[in-house]
Amino acid sequence: MTLTTSRRGFLAATAATGAVLFVGLRPGGAMAAAATDTSLNPFVRIDADGRVTAIIKHVEMGQGPSTGLATLIAEELGMRMDQMAYDFAPSNPQVYNNLLFGPMQGTGGSTAMANSFEQYRRAGAAAREMLIAAAAQEWGVDAGSLDIVDGRITGAGQDASIGDFVAAASALDAPAEPRLKEASEFRLIGNADVRRLDSAAKGNGTAKFAIDTYLPNQMVVMIARPAQRGATATDFDDSAATEVAGFIRAALLPNAAGVAVYAENTWSAMQARDALDVTWDTSAAETRSSEDIRDEIMVALDAEPTYNVTGADRAATDAALAEADQVVEQTFYFPLLAHAALEPLNCTIEQTEDGRVVLHDGTQIPTLVHGALAQILEMPMEQIEINTVLAGGSFGRRATPQADYQSEAAMAFAMTDRSRPVKLVYSREDDMRAGYYRPAFGHKIRVGLDAGGQITGWDHRIAGQPVIKGTPFEAAFVKDGVDHSSVEGTSDTPYRIPGAVFGLTDIEKATTTLWWRAVGHTHTAYAMEVMMDMVARAAGADPVAYRLQYLDADGADQARMAGVLRLAAEKAGWGNPQDGRAQGVAVHKSFGSYVAEVVEVSGTPEDGIRIEKVTCAVDCGIAVNPDTVKAQMEGGIGYGIGHNMRDQITLTDGVVDQYNYPDYEPLRIGDIGEIEVHVVPSTAPPSGAGEPGTPPAAPALANAIAAVSDLRIGSLPMDEAGVSFA
Amino acid sequence: MAISLNLNGQTHSVEADPDTPLLWVIRDELKMTGTKFGCGVASCGACTVHLNGEPVRSCQTYLGDVEDAEITTIEAIGEDRIGAALQQAWVELDVVQCGYCQSGQIMSAVGLLAENPKPSAEEIDSYMHGNACRCATYQRIRAGIERASEILEA
Ligand code: FES
Ligand code: FES
Repeated sequence: MTLTTSRRGFLAATAATGAVLFVGLRPGGAMAAAATDTSLNPFVRIDADGRVTAIIKHVEMGQGPSTGLATLIAEELGMRMDQMAYDFAPSNPQVYNNLLFGPMQGTGGSTAMANSFEQYRRAGAAAREMLIAAAAQEWGVDAGSLDIVDGRITGAGQDASIGDFVAAASALDAPAEPRLKEASEFRLIGNADVRRLDSAAKGNGTAKFAIDTYLPNQMVVMIARPAQRGATATDFDDSAATEVAGFIRAALLPNAAGVAVYAENTWSAMQARDALDVTWDTSAAETRSSEDIRDEIMVALDAEPTYNVTGADRAATDAALAEADQVVEQTFYFPLLAHAALEPLNCTIEQTEDGRVVLHDGTQIPTLVHGALAQILEMPMEQIEINTVLAGGSFGRRATPQADYQSEAAMAFAMTDRSRPVKLVYSREDDMRAGYYRPAFGHKIRVGLDAGGQITGWDHRIAGQPVIKGTPFEAAFVKDGVDHSSVEGTSDTPYRIPGAVFGLTDIEKATTTLWWRAVGHTHTAYAMEVMMDMVARAAGADPVAYRLQYLDADGADQARMAGVLRLAAEKAGWGNPQDGRAQGVAVHKSFGSYVAEVVEVSGTPEDGIRIEKVTCAVDCGIAVNPDTVKAQMEGGIGYGIGHNMRDQITLTDGVVDQYNYPDYEPLRIGDIGEIEVHVVPSTAPPSGAGEPGTPPAAPALANAIAAVSDLRIGSLPMDEAGVSFA
Repeated sequence: MAISLNLNGQTHSVEADPDTPLLWVIRDELKMTGTKFGCGVASCGACTVHLNGEPVRSCQTYLGDVEDAEITTIEAIGEDRIGAALQQAWVELDVVQCGYCQSGQIMSAVGLLAENPKPSAEEIDSYMHGNACRCATYQRIRAGIERASEILEA
């Protein structure tokens, strides 16, 4: 994904009355101001009492975009953060689209700050200039003599709340090119003391997540699903379910994917569903086991790859390997992984009195959900509203191109007379088993070294189930047959590797696959960075120094990657681990950001490895909220390490073996001793933070384990490769 | 049948089967949504409430067994001085990310500090083991508990 924002429209305004100022975009892209939000779609709302509300076009899954976008507005407008509130935007791809996604509103790919950075600042700056202009007019002073400080317009001997000028400002034209602050003028952007706006509500139980939607008279729906994906429901017997108090009825879903069970509440729905006897037609069901998928991948890795990703000269690489002084070789296997966010999937649909439909949901891609609902409910999109609420984690799961769970809710709702709201709830088991998984992948890498330990050829083969092929994102991310998400992080690596050739073979999907925090980088970073480590050791070189040779600093990409590598190594005391400990390192670029991590471990794989400390350095351009960037590194590291320590989704005859957290054990508090994060000061535009912490974590751990034991882990998870954890 | 429930100092009469998990009574009947559903099998801690001052998993606690007990949820834990200190520390350190696990984390942490006002990092890890955070905010949870302990000492 390229991180360049498109130019936003010019600014305009309409006359208006009333004591609220909205600044936002008109359909078509013109920035405008108004006194009501029905005439435009605002980014910021200012009330007569001076309260400022940022309208957030992204969903909040924990990565902090609500605080981040509010920071951008507060910075330019002249507010303190404690004067800011936020609200989520409605679904409207013309105005609230992700500028990196085209005409689509969505949160993903670690793009929230990157695509909003200028847009939200411009909205704040426009509001500031209009409020000042209104005050200057009223006071009869020069606008240049006025400033907004902490929500007060001051200067020329005057001082008043911005709220006093909201009505007058809303009648002015929005400035076409409001002046944005220089980086040197920032008070809030880059300020590590800025706190999250949602901390208090999330600590006292008042924060409302999708699952906390309780509408009057609502029903709860759970869906009886087949054990094997692709099986269809042909019939059911609900005589036992009718004995369950609160059971309302059961109905076959129109696509036969399951049976919807309607009940008065969640517990009744769970029990009634358990009591339902469904007849399944398994003739088209998936019956492969994970071993079959793995075998298919391994066979593909040994065959000629379908795609030569960069078009490099394979024959030359073959020749280099044939002549090499030594060849280092490793095969990698990455299993299916579930997202397993803590809030099970759910959403609620209601029909309002005037016949519109509202979906209450924490979706990452409202535009696709909106379209799916219009189709299933046979209603125009204008009559459907999406009320975005907090998501209790997602990591990509609430972003299926198929709008999977929302479509189920819509089908269940469409089968009623629509007089009662329908809340679709997944159990943890549904969430685990009806997953859209990080696909299984294999890599096989052979690297030739000359007598001096320098790389002469790098033959890298990848095989796996593509994520993006066959989705609406195909046009943007699939080029000449190559699904970019299968190879990102390899063929586009900043390392300058001589004689590198990257081959890709697609494997037929045995199950539904999906992006998962950091997408392809979850496996490519592991393969690249474990291989780099093996090669460095084979060359008898220090792993940090060896990597730096291939990041010679004549390119910005290389310089930034080398920069975080050096910083992490320095902060971790690279080369001088505490007694009885060993270190491993990995560095990777993803989503425009560069992250290096050093993991320090104690113990042995037999007696138990303990992860004592992770030291991280990140360069994500301008860190709008540095403490949030730190938190995302901490969380991203935990996500990467936890899954690769001990998690995998396996299939037996097409049936998912894992059912709940006990057999898909989450990272626990004692698993990582300490995490220290260093954010590199930067003037580059903001790039990703939510995902880039994840990719280097597992390979850095694997390299630390290899340093203590000579055990090279090619096949994940680590516990299956013979590592126990203390 | 009607069962009476003493929750956050108030008595509620609930029409439900005694086998109903307390979690679903709190959420679906009383519409108090701070207590979360994460797994339903006592392995994530999102549903943690206090029963006579002790943290329990409400997904594995049944209505029929709690009739005479005093139940406290996240909505009222701020009235407790330990709960208030933890909430203050959580805001100071921005512990939360998605936030979904955090009611349960705080309810468990109150239990820890009540029996051990100055826990070591190892003691925190061992007591909080059952509270999963899929966003992996653990490092800040640990720091938040240490900070609350400091606040309470002052
Ligand atoms: S919901 Fe009770 S422990 Fe997970
Ligand atoms: S903050 Fe998201 S699960 Fe803990």
